[in-house]
Amino acid sequence: MIRSCLFIPANNPGMLQTADLFMADSVIFDLEDAVSIEEKDAARTLLAGFLQNFTVNAKIIVRINNNPLWFLQDLETVVTERLDAVLIPKADHDSLEKTKLILTRLEKERCLAKKISVIPLIETAAAVMQVEDILARPRIIGVMLGAEDLTADMEIDRSKSGEEILYPRMKIALVARAYRLVAIDTPFVDVNDEEGLIKDATVARKLGMTAKAAIHPRQVTTINRVFSPTAAQISWAQRVLAKSATSQGAFSLDGKMIDQPIVERAKKTIEKAKRYNLI
Amino acid sequence: MKNGVCGSLESNDCLITVESSETTEIIIESIVYDFYGDQIERVIADTLKQLNISNVKVFCVDRGALDYTIKARLQVAIERMSAK
Repeated sequence: MIRSCLFIPANNPGMLQTADLFMADSVIFDLEDAVSIEEKDAARTLLAGFLQNFTVNAKIIVRINNNPLWFLQDLETVVTERLDAVLIPKADHDSLEKTKLILTRLEKERCLAKKISVIPLIETAAAVMQVEDILARPRIIGVMLGAEDLTADMEIDRSKSGEEILYPRMKIALVARAYRLVAIDTPFVDVNDEEGLIKDATVARKLGMTAKAAIHPRQVTTINRVFSPTAAQISWAQRVLAKSATSQGAFSLDGKMIDQPIVERAKKTIEKAKRYNLI
Repeated sequence: MKNGVCGSLESNDCLITVESSETTEIIIESIVYDFYGDQIERVIADTLKQLNISNVKVFCVDRGALDYTIKARLQVAIERMSAK
């Protein structure tokens, strides 16, 4: 389970080496938009060397290039035991099928003891429409919304309030939940607007997103906080579970009826709190 | 004369230039040369040996790069030189 995914440009040694200092649950080493066309070879080779020599105290995801020029080379370079998942930009059925075939071959050739997971990046109108089929494919553990490319594809403006991405967020969150996948919200691009980030992340969480991408280390703490249960929620859940242990059927707490679905919600809150070391 | 360049002058990185030459030569400029000059030279020499490369002149301007960075930048500089 992850709350935050911190993007790290793969061609920057200083940032690679400090990737896990910011308490992100996962890091996304970016071979795509963060790397210029002229530096794709350098980034790929640097990242491969880094992954061979360093351990990272977070889930490791690599965003590869979904471009025939680099797609295969990117996968061949990064598939090792260290890698947890690949993030596929502008994901569609073709790119996900290609990814599956190449991963299967590389895992076999390299005798990997693990199966590399896949996270599609939904950033076209067509992908939003097909998200139920896309997320039903094998190896998929999560999905990310890419709002900048999606709104470019839609030829509409991006706003801080995000009403233009309400439907994609809702659809992706709903399908991800149905398939029990991590739903990763699009990054908030104004890295100096802390209040805006809190608002944006809170809206995403309320719609069912379970994590959010960060494009700057300073965003990670806020994202982790928004996607974690609050102290009040944890305290309430503890009281619900304590009282349910001595009650049969529905019961009353603080004047409100507590029945089985609410007890289940309390259990999930405690489970999350334990996972994130909040209790 | 063929050459290849890779890396940057940012902190933790190095800028490596390789040129075809009649002999192998390694020239290092580093902010930490007194402490790590020998180590940097060894990484470059070992990488050239692993890649089976000789007769190149290597200029390394180091900004505190770790071994894996020096190795990666050198490897790509050689690939870029070879592609010319």
